[in-house]
Amino acid sequence: MFFINLIVQLFIQFVDLYYIVIFLTNAKMKSSIIKKISMALSGLFLVIFLAQHLAINLTSIIPDGGKTFNTISHFMGYNPVVQFILQPILIFGVCFHFIMGFVLEYQNNQARNEKYIYHKTRSSWISKNMIITGLVILAFLGLHFYDFWVPEIEYKYISQESPDPLKYFHELKEKFYGETIRTIIYCFSFILLGMHLNHGLASSFQSIGVSSYRKKILKLAANIYSLIISIGFISIAIFHYFIH
Amino acid sequence: MDLTLKIWRQKKEYEKGAMHAYQIKNIEPDMSFLEMLDVLNQKLINDGVEPVAFDHDCREGICGACSLVINGAPHGPDSGTTTCQLHMRRFNTGDTIYIEPFRGSAFPVIKDLVVDRSAFDRIQQAGGYVSINTSGNTVDANATPIPKPDADEAFNSAACIGCGACVAACKNSSAMLFVGAKVSQYANLPQGKVESKDRVINMVKQMDKEGFGSCTNTGACEAHCPKEISTDNILTLNREYIKSKLNQ
Repeated sequence: MFFINLIVQLFIQFVDLYYIVIFLTNAKMKSSIIKKISMALSGLFLVIFLAQHLAINLTSIIPDGGKTFNTISHFMGYNPVVQFILQPILIFGVCFHFIMGFVLEYQNNQARNEKYIYHKTRSSWISKNMIITGLVILAFLGLHFYDFWVPEIEYKYISQESPDPLKYFHELKEKFYGETIRTIIYCFSFILLGMHLNHGLASSFQSIGVSSYRKKILKLAANIYSLIISIGFISIAIFHYFIH
Repeated sequence: MDLTLKIWRQKKEYEKGAMHAYQIKNIEPDMSFLEMLDVLNQKLINDGVEPVAFDHDCREGICGACSLVINGAPHGPDSGTTTCQLHMRRFNTGDTIYIEPFRGSAFPVIKDLVVDRSAFDRIQQAGGYVSINTSGNTVDANATPIPKPDADEAFNSAACIGCGACVAACKNSSAMLFVGAKVSQYANLPQGKVESKDRVINMVKQMDKEGFGSCTNTGACEAHCPKEISTDNILTLNREYIKSKLNQ
């Protein structure tokens, strides 16, 4: 049963990658505006994912000994709809957003073959360096997968251990309590994630052509959202660093 | 005013260029930037050196011919100003001023500070026009009622002089502010409705073919545009494009 699950998971990842390649090599994707829109839509999808991720993680600071957090985490880890439908869609969204980001960055670099000796434009650092904040988030994802996803795969498919609905809160505590370096790396990444979201969210509304009359309110919404995500995740990491 | 000018010199399109330093003395603060370059060129001619080639025409901020990236900023340090309307009182004696051409793969340097901006003409030809009856039954433009807010919006977009500062400012060399302005100008008017569906698709297709980058909403184009064209035009471009694609 476990092996069948593993094979299904691997097959789904393969299908994800196949569709990303099909998507990117499609003739319609040659249009710069279609690329922008697909970047914006995949970003908006990840924005929704981050909101639910934060909501679940916030339950870990409820003083009930991790009961709520364990229940939700176990549901997310073993529910077939989450595992075989939502998770592959999420992996597709994440991979697509990163690959498209690199493709756009490469093409945009090609659009200026000779660089300026001295170039100083009136635009924010965040908006000009989405690739840097994006790369930091990618590196952070590597660490995050190493911390939580790899042990989960190992537990489920390699050791083939029976489901333990009480292990999640303990695992979370183990990763952060007294772990200074890991907590600092996580907090630093959350700051850059907030910066990335701040420009990315406002920018995605512009890319999908949302009315200019709502521009100010959408910018405000992007500011508030990015702050909530950033401060929310940082608070959770710091909470578990100090409190056993 | 005594100044040090560091100017990009390049003999022709495919030759390698480099920055050259020139000292210039006794510049009047009331001179325009282009007049200062005229003085420099006269000095170079007197010294037997080839003068610096740069684009200019009306010298009153309406033709879009002058370009130049001055101290890293297209059209120089002032907002809403073309290079020809920039004056030397904006600088101090002893300053070093960097002067470079507008950069972009779609804007190849022809010589020194002159770039080929005909890519914009080809984008305009791809869809930036309206069908008007010129066979003797011409309808007076004022006979078509246009709501005042729409007319104002169209006029704001039509203020674009097509100088290319948006491309020069953008880190991606994107021309979407220019294309957005041209598309919005017609999208807001009843006269522009006839070709609205094909216009945006053809202009974007030509824009991509010319090798411009895509917009990442940094806002640099709006900040450096001498006519202060708003990035709302890019938003309209995106919306018009989506509408046209969905109706295809």
